[in-house]
Amino acid sequence: MHIVVCIKQVPDSAQIRVHPVTNTIMRQGVPTIINPYDLFALEEALKLRDSHGGKVTVLTMGPAMAEEALRKSLTYGADGAVLLTDRCFAGSDTLATSFALSKAIAKIGDAFGTPDIVFTGKQTIDGDTAQVGPGIAKRLNFRQLTYVAKITSIDLASRAITVERRSEGGTQILNSRLPCLITMLEGVNAIRRGSLDDAFRAACSEIVKWNAADAGIEEITKCGLRGSPTVVKRVFAPTPRAQSAVQIETSDKTLRHVADEVVASILTQQPALELALSSNLA
Amino acid sequence: MKKELPEHFREYRHVWVFMELERGQVHPVSFELLGEGRRLADQLGVQLAGAVLGPPGEATSHAVTEAFAYGADLVYLLETPLLTDYRNEPFTKALTDLVVTYKPEILLLGATTLGRDLAGSVATTLLTGLTADCTELDVDTDGSLAATRPTFGGSLLCTIYTLNCRPQMATVRPRVMRMPLRTNKPVGRVIRHDLPMVEEEIATKVLGFLSDGKSETANLAYADVVVAGGLGLGAAENLRLLKNLARTIGGEYGCSRPLVQKGWMPVDRQIGQTGKTIRPKLYIAAGISGAIQHRVGVEGADLILAVNTDPNAPIFEFAHLGVVADAIGLLPALTEVFSRRLAPSRRVRLVT
Repeated sequence: MHIVVCIKQVPDSAQIRVHPVTNTIMRQGVPTIINPYDLFALEEALKLRDSHGGKVTVLTMGPAMAEEALRKSLTYGADGAVLLTDRCFAGSDTLATSFALSKAIAKIGDAFGTPDIVFTGKQTIDGDTAQVGPGIAKRLNFRQLTYVAKITSIDLASRAITVERRSEGGTQILNSRLPCLITMLEGVNAIRRGSLDDAFRAACSEIVKWNAADAGIEEITKCGLRGSPTVVKRVFAPTPRAQSAVQIETSDKTLRHVADEVVASILTQQPALELALSSNLA
Repeated sequence: MKKELPEHFREYRHVWVFMELERGQVHPVSFELLGEGRRLADQLGVQLAGAVLGPPGEATSHAVTEAFAYGADLVYLLETPLLTDYRNEPFTKALTDLVVTYKPEILLLGATTLGRDLAGSVATTLLTGLTADCTELDVDTDGSLAATRPTFGGSLLCTIYTLNCRPQMATVRPRVMRMPLRTNKPVGRVIRHDLPMVEEEIATKVLGFLSDGKSETANLAYADVVVAGGLGLGAAENLRLLKNLARTIGGEYGCSRPLVQKGWMPVDRQIGQTGKTIRPKLYIAAGISGAIQHRVGVEGADLILAVNTDPNAPIFEFAHLGVVADAIGLLPALTEVFSRRLAPSRRVRLVT
């Protein structure tokens, strides 16, 4: 079985700077980590490989420094890593990103074996869109299984997979076919500590680096800003609320008196609440 | 920066709301979106339509009635047993077919697990722009959709346009938009459409559904009163003070992100940018500092009471009412005062 895991290197802090002209995020100087949600996907892929055999290839699109995230994935036990990096990808929105990644996955298939499953985390912590996974699935024409909490079974002979998928108000049990794309829910497993062997191998491994041409991408206009139908027009900080809180004085008062005052103040500001709260109790 | 809209997109008109229907229930986010869609359609001088996709039967016709009751001018209806339970393949084909046939300029979906799963597939099929988890939607002077969303965990907002593709797609989380008033508008024009697809073409089968049932967490986003705790509560055992107050005033309880990370509360009780958005009449934040990620999840509350020992906590910048005090002491006092004031004739038995 060949599994491809798409990961993303994301900023690890809130020290975000925005380019004043292009309104794009400037990543320089901000510490980076592997998107935490992607680690649940990576662990699930490694578990499947351990029980069914095969290999796990980790793929990321990003600047040269994203190599660190790939090397880290190798220390956890991934078998191979591909960095998709080219200036022409800069400014990609989710549609352009899914285009480039799907092309790279197809190329990985040619070079290292056709993937049975592509994994991603449920979303990234910087973009928070949860759109790239579904985008890749659609472009590859893979079945799409999002918010997966558990892989119940895989039958490689009949190309069948059964999963539990989180949805509103419950869990769907779905049976589908391989190849498929799975986005993994958070908290469903814990990333392993890599072995010493893996750490040694990771340090010595060559990370495969592809530019657009290497990945077989001829339609450069579908990449980067040109290939992105969405355009960020303005980035701005949220406006502070004009009025700050009315403070209830607490000095020289018992907590009981403070509470009396708080409740009185709540019911004065929102008279309708008294009825609403009373009826909640009924 | 504006580009000329290609000729074949010029006939795209009207605002659509995808009516989310799973296991017989319309998700309330669809009504919130109809309210928002009504405003956008009026600004553009176009019609508002609901897109109802589901199995033939009562649930689907109920969704049609409700779409009109919450402001739709017309409804596009696609009924087939293939759409009984949510599956990506038939829903993607159904919604994509509707869009290609009837050409909306704006398509809105809820940012639920279903809506996000579907929106990503539809947008990629149509090769159009999709903006996730918007907190504000507007129409600018030349009629483009301006979709504003938090980015980088809520520390910044950005406004996004889809300039030269149609439709302009956006998802919005439950409770971000106000619930519009329901009217008793009669069912209007319903346009039926067929899905040229058979079960054999669909690889994914639904084997079962494990319902959360009357889960404690199901109502958090739609509760009138929410009491939430943060690191200021000090220890996991103090969460009972929170639950006591919530129970006394008939509300739900939740928490800020650090408590989930500490494992004190499950992730579906988390309030904020990466958790739930809430819009209660009363929100009590106990021992929560009020990072921007938390703020974006609660600022729709009518009245926010903040209790925190730190007078400089950012929560006081967006709370309406503040008390600089230890929540561990104040929560029981509030519980007592509320129970006396609200139910004088029958004392609520408190959990110890």
